[in-house]
Amino acid sequence: MANIPKYYESLNLDYKPPRGNWMDRPLNIKSGIYCYPARPNVLAGIQMNDRSDWGKYWVVEDEDWELPDDWKERFLNKMRDMLDKYRTFKIYMDICVRCGACADKCHYFLGSGDPMNMPVMRAELLRSVYRGEFTKTGKILGRIAGARKLTKGVLRQIWYYMFQCSECRRCSTFCPYGIDTAEITIMAREIMNELGMNIAWIQESCYKCIHTGNHLGLQPQAYKECIDCMLGDIEENVGISFDVSWNRKGADILFVTPSGDVFAEPGIYTLAGYLLLFEYLRKEYGFDYTWSTYASEGGDFGYFTANDIAKRMNSKIYLEAKRLGVKWILGGECGHMWRVLNQYMTTWHGPVDFLEEPVSPITGTKFENAKAHKMVHIMEFTADLIKHGKLKLDPSRNDRLRVTYHDSCNPSRGMGLLEEPRYVIKNVCNHFYEMPENTLRDQTFCCGSGSGLNASENMELRMRGGFPRQNAVRYVRDKYGVNMLACICAIDRAAFPDAQRYWNPDVGCTGITELVANALIMEGEGPRTNNLRGFEIATWEPKP
Amino acid sequence: MDVKVSLGVSLGAVLAIVLVALVGAQVSSLQLVFGILVPYAAFVIFILGFIYRVVDWGRSPVPFRIPTTCGQQKTLPWIKRNKLECPSNTLEVIGRMILEVFAFRSLFKHTKAEMASGNIIYGGSKWLWLGALAFHYSFLIIAVRHLRLFVEPVPAFVNVLDLVDGMLQIGAPTLYITDILLIGAVSYLFVRRVIVPKMRYISLANDYFPLFLILGIGISGVLMRFFIRVDIVSVKELTVGLASLHPVLPEGIGAIFFVHVALVSTLFAYFPFSKLMHAGGVFLSPGRNLANTNRAKMHVNPWNYPVKLHTYEEYENDFREKMKNAGIPVERE
Ligand code: SF4
Ligand code: SF4
Repeated sequence: MANIPKYYESLNLDYKPPRGNWMDRPLNIKSGIYCYPARPNVLAGIQMNDRSDWGKYWVVEDEDWELPDDWKERFLNKMRDMLDKYRTFKIYMDICVRCGACADKCHYFLGSGDPMNMPVMRAELLRSVYRGEFTKTGKILGRIAGARKLTKGVLRQIWYYMFQCSECRRCSTFCPYGIDTAEITIMAREIMNELGMNIAWIQESCYKCIHTGNHLGLQPQAYKECIDCMLGDIEENVGISFDVSWNRKGADILFVTPSGDVFAEPGIYTLAGYLLLFEYLRKEYGFDYTWSTYASEGGDFGYFTANDIAKRMNSKIYLEAKRLGVKWILGGECGHMWRVLNQYMTTWHGPVDFLEEPVSPITGTKFENAKAHKMVHIMEFTADLIKHGKLKLDPSRNDRLRVTYHDSCNPSRGMGLLEEPRYVIKNVCNHFYEMPENTLRDQTFCCGSGSGLNASENMELRMRGGFPRQNAVRYVRDKYGVNMLACICAIDRAAFPDAQRYWNPDVGCTGITELVANALIMEGEGPRTNNLRGFEIATWEPKP
Repeated sequence: MDVKVSLGVSLGAVLAIVLVALVGAQVSSLQLVFGILVPYAAFVIFILGFIYRVVDWGRSPVPFRIPTTCGQQKTLPWIKRNKLECPSNTLEVIGRMILEVFAFRSLFKHTKAEMASGNIIYGGSKWLWLGALAFHYSFLIIAVRHLRLFVEPVPAFVNVLDLVDGMLQIGAPTLYITDILLIGAVSYLFVRRVIVPKMRYISLANDYFPLFLILGIGISGVLMRFFIRVDIVSVKELTVGLASLHPVLPEGIGAIFFVHVALVSTLFAYFPFSKLMHAGGVFLSPGRNLANTNRAKMHVNPWNYPVKLHTYEEYENDFREKMKNAGIPVERE
């Protein structure tokens, strides 16, 4: 983090781009902003272009990116192919009027002031190539029509900025035509795969997920060990001991959640929350569910690199549900996981006739909105339980917490899941405060590390991109004494602690199910003096 | 190439059209070209070009249903959903589209972010929305008003519109509200592009040119009405002739008319090949025109194809012993 201004008081940006034409601005590749390229063996391991046909690895800061002789054809052919496959791409290339409505909506622009991070400019990088290589007017008029040919310099710019977009769609909310720069980024990243130009952080997660079932690369026994370990912690802090079932055929429900929460704080406490909640439901109502080591990942880093990989990774969920013969699937708290589940999963693998239409075994509620998909979000599930009075809760156990809620970008703008989490929080916490409305719901900000950009080498980008959210958190911290940021996304839970240590060192981060479980009164529980994290409830000061 | 070049090129192009039209108006044989052939050609290019573009978009499928959801989804019955920002059926999509197309709803949300002592402040900012609305509606009304030149007898609604638009009754002939609005709004949109640094940075000649063109159309129209009068009877003879496909070329129409027509024709011909196609695109944009019903109804991707799977069987083969040792059930011992 050495090259980031240390305190955000010093982050005084006027958001004024320099004079002159952007096409003439030299590209200044800065370390701390970009992620490292993927290694060939990793790419080969998932049958992606590993550059072995021309045999050259590449280094981002080198002048020469070691491209094959026919790099241009490869790029343009793939682009043509994508234009033919996606109406979104074609229309978004054609109809932007450069009205500027999206310009100051991107957290990376707001945190860096780099004009190329205005969503419209991010798209123009590719759009200028589209005009210059695919349209008649662009071919004839050239730069006058904002068109340019694809050159190595242009390719560098595209690569650099397409990995500074977290595909959060905030820009799209404000665009009068709904132009979704996230979609353009998705296309650009997939096109650049033809040249083996993708990043290690994403591809390694894909590699691990395809081979072991989860991004972390946890083998079945290790995955189970992590959860067993958490069961031990629960026994210590809650005073009850129980077991969970693995890959069990005939269970009613398969539970799938991002593996990020199996491993790192504070996500593991969200996971402990699931364990406790489900145990409660099992004891009280005979809730019958299973974990799976094969479908041990809800998240989908493939989505950040190529449709093909995304689909391969995602396929395990339905395959496993079918193999185990469950009725339907329950999904944990995660952002991009739910964007993929909601907007892609049934289209990829449907129709899903091997599962039943989801019905809550406890309340009998039919989840009509998931009729075809057969997967229910844990917040929908829990909100329904609370509404029907099925949970015994003591919200006062969360009284030391003054909570605010971060709408994770994907569930809000890719799904519309806005009120369920708020309903749940309000029922398990007595102190809940909203951040300013321009930073919430459909206008919410990304944590700054989405779409596979939560690596460590690009920390400056992440801190800058995380600033708008953290700035809003700081607002409620100062105004209401907020000390806990709740979210429903595993990437948030991995990214916020870093961002908060940097911008808001006295605010913690939690998943909502952790709050639920802390408030949950378990049959036969010991004295609940400690919370799930092992801190004393009465004196706890949350930290990132 | 910087802003000056973009501005120069766009302005130059518009001035060149004006000049060519002025010259053409002096030569009677060229009047035929500028009064009849060019407008017809432009109109044909517009129609065919527009259709071509829309059909071309239509040729690419919509493989995934990925609307931007800007409100609460349809979920548990007791949670109030947002039908317009997160539609869950066709009717609601139509509602969302109507608001988008007729009221520019997304632009209405526009905010302006500024940084003050290390904090980002989001100010409401309705000017862009107002400017865009004023521009598009005055353009539409002016276009409809022009129908009186093409159909005989003049339809009643055109007369009513005329009357309302001229309500202010300033001067003779009366000044139309929309004329002022159009020129004002276009000037605002132009000035904004040039003086706001972000706007200047993102603007291209493709953005300045249509603004100059429309400004030219507006100014030539106003000139014609108030300052350099043309013989309205002959004009109508020509326009009705055009519309009825029996073109005639009356004598003595002022040169300014030909300028106006040349600019309008340019706009028509330019339309399908430019960003102005947003007029069609706004209806087809998958970010807005789809319902958020992915989980309730399956959406089919026409080019969906099977991918290489890492099957459970392979997985178990890779980890069987470890699974057995950990007490995780396996299919084959
Ligand atoms: S808001 Fe939409 S139309 Fe306006 S500049 Fe951005 S992408 Fe283009
Ligand atoms: S999708 Fe998000 S990160 Fe990407 S350009 Fe838009 S606002 Fe920025």
